[in-house]
Amino acid sequence: MRNLWIFVSKYNAFFLFLIFEVSALVIYIKYNSFQKATFINSSNQLTGNLYARINEFYGYLSLKKVNDSLARENAQLRNQLKSSFYIDTIKKHKVTDTVYKQQYEYIVARVINNSVNRSNNYLTLNKGSNDGVTKGMGVICSKGIVGKVVYVSAHFAVVQSLLHKDSQFSAMLARNKDIGYVEWGDDINPRKCVLKDVSNNAQPRIGEWVVTSGYSLFPEGIPIGKVSSLHIKGGGYSLNMEVAVSVDFSKLEYVDVVENKFAGEQSGLEAQQKKDE
Amino acid sequence: MSKAIFINLVRFVVLVFIQVFLLKNISVYNISAPYFYILFILLLPFETPNLLLFVLAFITGLTIDAFYDTPGLNAAACILLAFVRIVFISITVQKEGFDNEPEPTLSIMGFRWFFTYALVLTLFHHFFLFYLESFNFSGLEYILGRVIFSSLFTVFLMLISGLLFFRRKERK
Repeated sequence: MRNLWIFVSKYNAFFLFLIFEVSALVIYIKYNSFQKATFINSSNQLTGNLYARINEFYGYLSLKKVNDSLARENAQLRNQLKSSFYIDTIKKHKVTDTVYKQQYEYIVARVINNSVNRSNNYLTLNKGSNDGVTKGMGVICSKGIVGKVVYVSAHFAVVQSLLHKDSQFSAMLARNKDIGYVEWGDDINPRKCVLKDVSNNAQPRIGEWVVTSGYSLFPEGIPIGKVSSLHIKGGGYSLNMEVAVSVDFSKLEYVDVVENKFAGEQSGLEAQQKKDE
Repeated sequence: MSKAIFINLVRFVVLVFIQVFLLKNISVYNISAPYFYILFILLLPFETPNLLLFVLAFITGLTIDAFYDTPGLNAAACILLAFVRIVFISITVQKEGFDNEPEPTLSIMGFRWFFTYALVLTLFHHFFLFYLESFNFSGLEYILGRVIFSSLFTVFLMLISGLLFFRRKERK
């Protein structure tokens, strides 16, 4: 017993190393399997507030650019107003007279923490469950899709961005609506992602828009990027292609969280069907 | 003694601040991302007991993790760093010199020793960190490139900061 104690105290550095290393790895692996189930992340009070404070300062630096993009977006939206269309057919009248029920609502949020150069990237937003953000909502910005909400606290939300190994969103080619899905490429480049599983009959062209399909969290037709290269090995029965992402993730400032009013109803119905089978 | 604690506390806060709010946003061609905060662990006094060293390394790692949203990742790498530090110092430094040389800084230990020390420890830390982060061996060469270039960047920053606070040997 005494010899054992002498042995342990002589090599105490190694045994301390083992103990601490194992506990650090346990924390790491536990966190890996339960996405964001721990409290050590940037949506807790201290780090979240610090980030918010620093971000206020950063905000001043890019005010001009944000103003420009907002003005441009305003102009674009004004173009879509009914009043700016000249109504010349009866059909159009019918369309405008129809009563729609609103399916999607948007919550504007500010990005207060962001990363693009790691193999799994997350963003933190300054809106949380108090503002109506819940887990699983999609996030877009004026140029395209951003990601999906994975963790929410009262005032902050953490978003798993498109630049994440586990991100997968349903997408389609804008021209002939061939469905596939986009995910981030293997080479950790924030400007590129990959569109996979498009049917062999599709004839994609370089420069063609890739947009969301409406099967997932996002409304149909939100841009993702443009096809930039077709030379990616496919899975035999399907085509894969490289897409140049339209959003510059390193310069994100304001984003919209998409609230799908029918999401609960849809997932409830689909769960029902699964249970019956 | 209390002076050493104060200096290290200030160093901890400043390094974490620099890492989280400045260096986190810097990356060279997506291949080189510096992790400069490990300088805190490198510069702890020689006489730090092993247990305290591991506890400090663990706390440092977790603090960075809290800001990087990666619980445990930096902590694990820092613990390895602390262990390599103990081994490296026990091999290269004689125990008798401790009274005159309280801290392994550039100005006290000389350029050659400090450069080797920083390079070896940084390589261990970055290698472990990047492979643990990607958690697979598919992009082997790519990640190895990231490890090497990031390490060079980090060591470069360490040498700059070492020269910035360079003092002629002062013995009391």
